[in-house]
Amino acid sequence: MINRRYWPTVTAWIGAAIVAAFIVIAIFAPWIAPFGESQSVGETWQPSTNTYWLGTDNIGRDILSRVIYGARTTIGVALVTTVLSFMIGITTGLLAAVGGPAIDQVLSRLVDVILSIPLLIFALIILSMMGSSLITLVLTIAVLDSTRVFRLARSVAQNIVVLEYVEAARLRGEGLPWIIFREILPNALPPMISEFGLRFCFNFLFVAGLSFLGLGIQPPLADWGGMVRENGGAVFGGKAAPLWPALAIALMTVGVNLVVDWILSMNARPSGASAEM
Amino acid sequence: MAKAILKITNLRVESINGTVLVENTSLELKPGEVLGLIGESGAGKSTIGLASMFYARAGCRITGGTIEIDGQSIGDLSADGRRDLRGKRIAYIAQSAAASFNPAHTILDQVCEMPVIHGLMTRAEAKAWALELFKALDLPKPETFGNRYPHEVSGGQLQRAMTAMAMSCKPAILVFDEPTTALDVTTQIEVLVLIKKLIRDFNTAALYITHDLAVVAQVADRIMVLRHGKMMELGDAKQILTAPTTEYARALVTERAASDKLSVAVAPAKRQPLLDVQNAMGVYHKFVAVNNVSISVAQGETVAVVGESGSGKSSLARLIIGLLPRKAGTVTFGGRELSPALKQRSKDDLRRIQFIYQQPDVALNPRQTIGNVIGRPIEFYFGTPRAEVKQRVAKLLTQVGLPEDYAKRLTTALSGGQKQRICIARALAAEPDLIICDEPTSALDQLVAEDILKLLKKLQDDLGVSYLFITHDLGIVRRIAHRTAVMLRGQIVAEGTTPQIFAPPYHPYTERLISSVPEMRVDWLDEVLARRRRAQV
Repeated sequence: MINRRYWPTVTAWIGAAIVAAFIVIAIFAPWIAPFGESQSVGETWQPSTNTYWLGTDNIGRDILSRVIYGARTTIGVALVTTVLSFMIGITTGLLAAVGGPAIDQVLSRLVDVILSIPLLIFALIILSMMGSSLITLVLTIAVLDSTRVFRLARSVAQNIVVLEYVEAARLRGEGLPWIIFREILPNALPPMISEFGLRFCFNFLFVAGLSFLGLGIQPPLADWGGMVRENGGAVFGGKAAPLWPALAIALMTVGVNLVVDWILSMNARPSGASAEM
Repeated sequence: MAKAILKITNLRVESINGTVLVENTSLELKPGEVLGLIGESGAGKSTIGLASMFYARAGCRITGGTIEIDGQSIGDLSADGRRDLRGKRIAYIAQSAAASFNPAHTILDQVCEMPVIHGLMTRAEAKAWALELFKALDLPKPETFGNRYPHEVSGGQLQRAMTAMAMSCKPAILVFDEPTTALDVTTQIEVLVLIKKLIRDFNTAALYITHDLAVVAQVADRIMVLRHGKMMELGDAKQILTAPTTEYARALVTERAASDKLSVAVAPAKRQPLLDVQNAMGVYHKFVAVNNVSISVAQGETVAVVGESGSGKSSLARLIIGLLPRKAGTVTFGGRELSPALKQRSKDDLRRIQFIYQQPDVALNPRQTIGNVIGRPIEFYFGTPRAEVKQRVAKLLTQVGLPEDYAKRLTTALSGGQKQRICIARALAAEPDLIICDEPTSALDQLVAEDILKLLKKLQDDLGVSYLFITHDLGIVRRIAHRTAVMLRGQIVAEGTTPQIFAPPYHPYTERLISSVPEMRVDWLDEVLARRRRAQV
């Protein structure tokens, strides 16, 4: 019997459709986009026409093409960042839970220190000191974000570490890697997967935010946060140019959240409504 | 003939996905009568108990039948009407008293709450009544007992306090759901006596749910045997115990009776001890859990360690395998001294002692296949190639009585008894000399537990493996152990061959333990009480 509980809800389908559409756009950008990423193709600030569906920007680039290429950079950077952040966070978090009080204390206090500094300020300081290359950007956000993943992974793992199958592995004489990756990780994954969606959203907004401040992805690469910045002034001229990348940011965030909601509801217990209250 | 106070007709309870939990069950309860509901887990005992208040657990629904209290069908009442009835006319006493009390309020507050809410008594009256109940239930210092918080009293006292809570509205019907199962035998007997007295003194009708025939025999007038949500047999308590008519009831009775007898376990010829513990001391923080304990196990021998909860028997096992730091003494295994710390032991030392846990559910990783679970020790200890591991796993599965194709399944797809078999197979995979079993059958149903014991015995005959068997159940000790050690407060107070331990002269504590295990006679409880009273005079 197929369990109906795991069927996606209507909102989950909508979210999945949005996310899937953006991913397809990101992957096939060069084939879909009518013009090049940083190619000036016409007059500046043109309204929507048959050639330039969403108009052109401050230096005459096609906005539709840039939104399409922007999907690539923005989503790509956010995704790589989140994957990296989870790799760091899960490994350290599980190590803290398994490796004994000394390791736990060192790691946890280090994380406390990082968490005590506001994230955006921290990122701004590092990026303005180190310069904003794509690699520094990804590494900075990943390390900062992994502190949150660390916290979750550690607390989830702490509940699993005390179970007897982990003790059985210890008694067998297994080393830390086996205990962490074979005994604990598979059981810690379900809550981590829904967290992945949420962290992705956050990193995605963080990248867009940094780009908007000019310290994220650098021109001439197209990215949604940077596009809002470049075209921001046009709003006062009554032009829609900055709204398109902003809309893309909003749509992607909503889409991911809808999917995450569904995953979370799946992990939750079956509807526990009793016969009566 | 008095009119039935509780009448359940053709009850049917289903879970939301359509599984039938209880069907076609009817019962009647007259004032002052006690009906025992007995069966294995999943038999629907608790479901019936809760349904008698027209309540179903989360995910379940009462889909058929009527439940009448005082001739009034509760199903027809409004939610408010039902709430008014519950607690006032019928009250429920759960298995885990610790989980049923709110840890943030004093016991007295919780006992007085119900009559005040129902508007039966003023708070002062409720307090006076609670005091009377505490006295009737023989609680220590009844005047101040209620001012304590749930964590400040023992398990047996808390169970009695919950009985007081259920009695606070003077209900006509009490539903006891395994009230003594979580208690030690010596505590169980105290609680049983008081429950029996209370029911008699207040002429309360009761449903008494348990899986232990001997317990229910002491309190119930009639017994209903249940299996898979259906009634198997209903009869007079004495008749069920002595002359059950259905096959299932007979199996339950014979199985329970077998545990009262000493099986003929011939002690193996005296050999060099395999495991030898001398003057061991184990400490948790500052609490001495194992104090100056010496015990030895020979090749092919089963040594049982019995004691009540908190006696240090599990701590002793953890000290031997290196999980509890040893502060003093020596542990020698196969002629070599073992390091106190797990991490300093060699792979071979670890391999030769294996461990079987009480809860097979948490002893198996839910995300691994059975093949992985059993195969890992083989791969880990012997470095065996994949293909051979597979064959070995298949052989081990057959050895523990499971089909070979189970190797591909996840561990979650099994029943409790099957899971315990997997745990045994995992232990055997390491080809150990000694297996330490920590209450391996106490989480299992009676008949399933019996099969596991038989399997362990057979494996010992075939493979010559030794067991150190930790248990609180004297019935198991009688059947499986060659030698027995009795533990009390971290020390071994009596030790010898099993027939010696179970024959006079007893150590006083052993005698107390033995005499507290309920026997399969309806008048056993009264006899014990009479005997103890005589002994005191």
